[in-house]
Amino acid sequence: MAKKTIIVFSGDYDRVMAAFIIANGAAAMDDEVTMFFTFWGLAALRKTDGVAAPDAKKSGLQKAFSAMLPKNAEKLGLSKFNFGGAGRSMMKRVMKAENVMTVAELIETAREQDIKLIACTMSMDVLGIGKEELIDGIEYAGVATYLGEADESNVNLFI
Amino acid sequence: MSSTIEELKAIATPVVVDARGVSCPGPILAAKKQIGGVPVGNVMEVLATDSGTLKDIPAWCKKMGHDFLGSFEEAGSIHLFLRKAK
Repeated sequence: MAKKTIIVFSGDYDRVMAAFIIANGAAAMDDEVTMFFTFWGLAALRKTDGVAAPDAKKSGLQKAFSAMLPKNAEKLGLSKFNFGGAGRSMMKRVMKAENVMTVAELIETAREQDIKLIACTMSMDVLGIGKEELIDGIEYAGVATYLGEADESNVNLFI
Repeated sequence: MSSTIEELKAIATPVVVDARGVSCPGPILAAKKQIGGVPVGNVMEVLATDSGTLKDIPAWCKKMGHDFLGSFEEAGSIHLFLRKAK
């Protein structure tokens, strides 16, 4: 069994979608997959019900970052043609018509396939994102954990 | 080595995975989900409409160690056949 590691740095809907398609494809081919979410990519792991971490723990700037970040995976913007979210809505309409899985569905499938999701705790601190805001069942770690996993992997992507 | 369409059509009772109307990576996810229930040595048929499956199912078989037998298109559906090898 081979292993694949993917760093999700981007918070663009299309890029995150590509990352999850590759991850799910690899898992369907019996590979072990680890996805490491850092910076803007963390927004993809936010809970859909919009749970916010207690503001008391956050500084003013952390609150501001946290408030400006997309609320969850389906609220991420497109890397191109986003037009303030209108582009994303249009693309999602086409995706639905073509039976293409949404990012939320891809995340659900990733969890069913036991893909390991790791959130970078340093970026969580910088962006003012608390653990209670992120989906359950993920791991929290730093660069050494990612590097350790990448050492065992034969494909490593930075998206 | 690939079988002729006649040979593929003659395969009696394969397990059929219907992934028609589903886009990438749906067909391989469906194949992965169903292969567990197929006894080793038996044939599984995947039905799809996404033309990418013509390349993807053989690639999936190669990686998973199953024998890809061949495919044909009929009435807007792609029929892909593989024999579970392990």
